[in-house]
Amino acid sequence: MSFLTKVYYSFLRPILASKRATIGFIITIGFILMAIIGPEIVPLDLTTRYELRFQPPSLEHPLGTDFAGRDTFAQIVHGSREVLLIAFLAALYAILIAISVGMTSGYIGGKVDLALMSIVDIFLTIPNFPIMLAIAATFRVSDPASFAAIISIWMWAGLSRAIRAEIMSLKQKEFIEASKVLGMSNFHIIFRELMPNVFPYILINFITMIRAAITASVGIMFLGVVPFKITHWGVMLNLALFQSGAIYFKEGIYYALSPLIFIVLLEFGAVNLSHGLEEVFNPRLKTYE
Amino acid sequence: MLRVIKRIAYSLVTIFAATTLMFYLLHNIPGDVIDLWAYQLMEEMGLRYEDARQVAMVMYVGYGEDRPLHIQYIEYISNLLRGYLGFSPTFRVSVNDIVLKALPWTLFVLSVALILSFSIGVILGLAISWRRKGILGQVVVAYAAFTDAMPDFVTALLLMIIFAINLRLFPLKGAYNPTLEPGLYPAFIFSIFYHAALPIFSYVIEHIGYWALMMKGSAASVLEEDFVKSAEARGLPDKRIMTAYVGRNAVLPLVASLAIQLGTMLGGSTLIETVFSYPGIGYFFAESIGRRDYPVMQGLFFLIILGVVLANLAVDLIYPLIDPRARREVS
Repeated sequence: MSFLTKVYYSFLRPILASKRATIGFIITIGFILMAIIGPEIVPLDLTTRYELRFQPPSLEHPLGTDFAGRDTFAQIVHGSREVLLIAFLAALYAILIAISVGMTSGYIGGKVDLALMSIVDIFLTIPNFPIMLAIAATFRVSDPASFAAIISIWMWAGLSRAIRAEIMSLKQKEFIEASKVLGMSNFHIIFRELMPNVFPYILINFITMIRAAITASVGIMFLGVVPFKITHWGVMLNLALFQSGAIYFKEGIYYALSPLIFIVLLEFGAVNLSHGLEEVFNPRLKTYE
Repeated sequence: MLRVIKRIAYSLVTIFAATTLMFYLLHNIPGDVIDLWAYQLMEEMGLRYEDARQVAMVMYVGYGEDRPLHIQYIEYISNLLRGYLGFSPTFRVSVNDIVLKALPWTLFVLSVALILSFSIGVILGLAISWRRKGILGQVVVAYAAFTDAMPDFVTALLLMIIFAINLRLFPLKGAYNPTLEPGLYPAFIFSIFYHAALPIFSYVIEHIGYWALMMKGSAASVLEEDFVKSAEARGLPDKRIMTAYVGRNAVLPLVASLAIQLGTMLGGSTLIETVFSYPGIGYFFAESIGRRDYPVMQGLFFLIILGVVLANLAVDLIYPLIDPRARREVS
C-alpha cells in the first residue's frame, strides 16, 4: 500500500464519512494553511502610527487597526502560527506520554500498573489551569517548545488511563493470545497488533488535546504573565482588555473581537472534527448526535 | 469501612504530593527571587539596582532565605498543619487574611453557578432523551457543541463587552457597590447578586451543555431497562415514568461528576474572576502571579487543591449512600 492510499484510508475516508467531521476538517485545514503560508503572504508592519488607531474594517485593513494604528488582520495571521504550533506540540508531547504510560501500565500490569495509575490519579485530581499558569509564569518561558511542554505535562493523564483500559481488554482477545502462542516479540505485539486497534481513539484524542492546549495557552497569554510576541491571540486579548482599554471604546471593538472570533472559529472546527470522527469510529456512542 | 479509610488516606497523599510539588517548583525558579524582584522594582519605580535590591530584601523577609531548602520545607509544612499559610510580601497581610476575604465570593459564585447549570442541564437532558428526534434535542446538542468550542474566558469577555460595557446593564467590576456599607439589608444583598450575575452566567452558559449531554446519555441507558418497559406496559402516564423511573435513576450517576465539574470551575475561576475583577480566589491567584508573590501563589494553590480533593472525597463517600447500585458494586 502506498503512503497516499494509507493516508486516505486511515484519515480522509473516515473524515469524509461524516458531515460534521468534514466541516471541522475544512475549517482546521484553513487554519493550518493560514499558519503555514499566511505569514509569507501577509506582511506584518509593527510601526506605530497613532493617527491611524482603532480604524474600522476597510479594504486596506480587513479587521481594522489596533491601539497603535497597526493592521489587526496581519497580527492575527502571524499569531496563528504560534498558537497552532504551541497547541500541536503540546498535544504531541501529551499523546506520546499517554501512549507510553498507558501501554506500559496495561501491558505489564501488576505492581507497575498500580504505581503508574496512582501517579495518574494525582495528575487527574490537580486542577490543571492554575498549575500550568504558575509554572509558565515562574519560569518565564518564551519559546513555543518549552511552553508546549509545560502545558502537555497536565494533559496526558486522562488519555493514558483510557489507553490502559483499552489495552487490558484487548489483551484478552484471541488474536493477541494467538500472536503470543506463535512466539511473536513484544515489540511486534505492541506496535503491530495493539497500536492499530487504539489508533482511532488516539487520533480523536489528539484533536481534543489540541483544542485543550489552545484554550490553555491563550488563557495563560491572556493573563499577560508570560513574555511573548504581541501577535499571539492571547496577548492581543490581554492588550485589548488590560493595557490599551480597547474594549471600552466603540472604535476599539474590532480589535478586541478579532482574536475572540478566530479562537472560537478554530475551536469550533476542532470540536466538529473530533466529534465527527467519534461518530464514524464509534457508532454506538451517540453522545454528540 | 476499610474503603473509607483507604479513600481518606489517598486524598491526604494527593494533597501532600501536590503541595510538595508546588513548593519545590516555586523554590527552584531559575535565578534569585530577590533579583527577579529587584529588576521588576527597577522597571516599575525607576530605582537603581542597589536600592531596588534593598527594597526587595525587605519585602521578602522570610522567603528565599539562605537556609537549606528542606528546613524551609519542613517549616512550611508545619505552618500549614497549624493552619498558617504564610505572609504576603506584596499585599502586606497574611495569606490567611486574603483567603478569608476572597473565599466567600468564590464559594458564593461557584455554588450558585453549579446549582443553576446542574438543574437546568438535567431538565433539558431528560427532556431531549425522551423525544430523541425533536427540534429541542437538535438545538441543545448544537448549543452544547458551540459552548464546548468557546473557552470560558471568551464567554466571560463577550458577556462583559455586550452587557457591561455596551448595554451598561451590569457593573464592570467588583463584588458589591463600594458606596454601600456591607451588611444584611436588601440594597446590599441586591448589589451582591447584581455584581455576581455576569460571572455566574459565564459559568452557567459554559456548563449547561455538559450536564444536558451527560443527562441525555445517562437517561438513554436507563430507558433501555426492563423496569421502564414494564412501567410502560402497566400503562403508567409518561410524566410519571420520566420523573420517578427514568429521571431519578439517571440523575444519580451524574452526582459523581459534580466534583470533577467543581474542579474545572475552580480552575476556570482564575480567568473569569480576572475578566470581571471579581475579588475571589481565582482573581487573587492571577494577581499574585502577576506580582510574583510566591507565598500567596502557594497558599491559594494549596486551597484550590484542598477544595478539589475534598469535593472528590465527599462525592465518593456520599455517593454509595444515595445510590444503592453503587453500594452493591463496592461490596
